[in-house]
Amino acid sequence: MLKFILTRIGLLIPTFIGVTIISFSFIRMLPGDPIELMAGERGIEPERHAQLMAQFGFDKPLWEQYLIFMGKLLDGDLGVSIVTKKPIFDEFFTLFPATLELALFAIVFAVVLGLPAGIIAGVKRGSVFDHTVMGISLTGFSMPIFWWGLLLIIFFSGILGWTPVSGRISVLYYFEPVTGFMLIDTLLSDEKGAFRSAISHLILPAIVLGTIPLAVIARQTRSAMLEVLSEDYVRTARAKGLPPFRVVGLHALRNALIPVITVIGLQIGVLLAGAILTETIFAWPGVGKWMVDSIFRRDYPSVQGGLMLVAAVVMLVNLIVDLLYGLINPRIRHAR
Amino acid sequence: MAVTTNDASAPEPAPREPEGVTETAPIHPVLEFWHYFSENKGSVAGLFIVLILIALAVFADVVAPHLPSEQYRDHLLQPPAWQEGGSWTFILGTDPVGRDLLSRLIYGTRESLFVGVIVVSISLTVGVSLGLVAGFFPGIIGTAILRLMDMILAFPSLLMALVLVAILGPSLTNAMIAIAIVLQPHFVRLTRAAVMAELSKDYVTASRVNGAGIFRMMYITVLPNCMAPLIVQATLSFSTAILDAAALGFLGMGAQPPTPEWGTMLSEARDFILRAWWVVTFPGLAILISVLAFNLMGDGLRDALDPKLKRS
Repeated sequence: MLKFILTRIGLLIPTFIGVTIISFSFIRMLPGDPIELMAGERGIEPERHAQLMAQFGFDKPLWEQYLIFMGKLLDGDLGVSIVTKKPIFDEFFTLFPATLELALFAIVFAVVLGLPAGIIAGVKRGSVFDHTVMGISLTGFSMPIFWWGLLLIIFFSGILGWTPVSGRISVLYYFEPVTGFMLIDTLLSDEKGAFRSAISHLILPAIVLGTIPLAVIARQTRSAMLEVLSEDYVRTARAKGLPPFRVVGLHALRNALIPVITVIGLQIGVLLAGAILTETIFAWPGVGKWMVDSIFRRDYPSVQGGLMLVAAVVMLVNLIVDLLYGLINPRIRHAR
Repeated sequence: MAVTTNDASAPEPAPREPEGVTETAPIHPVLEFWHYFSENKGSVAGLFIVLILIALAVFADVVAPHLPSEQYRDHLLQPPAWQEGGSWTFILGTDPVGRDLLSRLIYGTRESLFVGVIVVSISLTVGVSLGLVAGFFPGIIGTAILRLMDMILAFPSLLMALVLVAILGPSLTNAMIAIAIVLQPHFVRLTRAAVMAELSKDYVTASRVNGAGIFRMMYITVLPNCMAPLIVQATLSFSTAILDAAALGFLGMGAQPPTPEWGTMLSEARDFILRAWWVVTFPGLAILISVLAFNLMGDGLRDALDPKLKRS
């Protein structure tokens, strides 16, 4: 097992170095130089330009700039944002809990609905229910989620008035963030109704973000179920006269879940990153919205750092999923 | 079979005719394909919608009742025909500056299909070539190509495309380039995997022994046998391209106004979501229907071209 873990981590290191190179070279690929770009249409005076070039180290040769960048990275220093002047590392990890909270709720939503739907569709193959689930999930899979979010806002916020349109919590409540997770923080605070407010803010974005994973999980569960149900050991279990519920629930499901768990795990990585659109629509103060804002503000150090950190988080989540997969499925562990 | 028949008394020169069985000429590949493809009703529906979309794009000038950029100042935000205040001049209503929504949607098919065609062509050509090289030279070159693709895949695709467009400058062309870059690693991996499986087969060895050059080996001998998964992936990439281009347009990083691109239209309509449902609903519906059609078609193609590939 240790060898398996080490191999997987070893495989990741070159990719991660590549990721740093790509993130690093993006700013340098720009036509002109980064200082001019950051200055934008206002322009900049030559002296100030030279001064800033030296300050950010853009006057050094590229390889030297990269080595400095990497050296700082190992110290946990990604530079400071041009707009807020705060360290990018801090900015990222202040906002990250918001994205994580949203992503976790989205995946819970997707699993709670998608898993049973997929199982039943697989067991009752060819039934009306099966066709309905597959139809809905293909639609969900094809959904432009930015539009889906707007539709839900029109319906639930506009017509019914049930949910707020944007943000994480009503402006009525204020308290010091403890964990950064709004649901936990509101529970810890004494403010009445704050928890309720946080939930009502979370619910629509979570549904929107969870829609595509829901479709993927339902489809994947169904096909895994179909595969497992045709296995010999399921036939044996049936022949022994076990009740159908036990055959499906115990014998088939446990094996069908192995690939499904991987898919769920990989979806978490996708969600952490894919929150860009959802966070923009709902003005959710997370990493995705911050990245989009940074791009529009021409805050290139933030874009560079954020891109790298997001990729690192996705890689880390995928690594964990990979290792867990090896843990539950010995065939994978011993294959390499 | 010929051994058992009595050749002396056979009056007709029928080459082989097993008794009782009518002509068993092999089914034409196209017919065979259609047989499997049409088994899936959804795929046929998808194909049908795709054909309609293509027709709309080609004949937009004829079909659309108005010009996409013509502003009717007296008809700002007019609701669809069947709603109170609507008129049949503007069937799906008008947008905030008085342009006919239906006409803009029809012209929008051009943008979206164009995006799909260009993105898939670029990512397919580049991806397949890199994949062939990676498959034929599994040493340093192949590993290097694969590692590079892994690096691109490590970034979330939409974020990567967004940053690329921010660097290149927001426009539909740059959005297409960015999406093509993000999509092509999938083609590289698929091609390489298919090539690796083919290389050990006898016909490849025969071709090599006959002295075929490397390009002939790659593109004429091996590639045609790797096409099935690539066609499926190309169809699915088509829908991803439409979706991503619309997303970039929505974020203001794709096609720029007044281009009637669906995502851009949605982004312009955002301020009116609570006042005029139609300006938000219809462009999104157009995106959904197109993406769904291509996905349905992709599912059918997968079943028809390669029964071994499981539906997932």
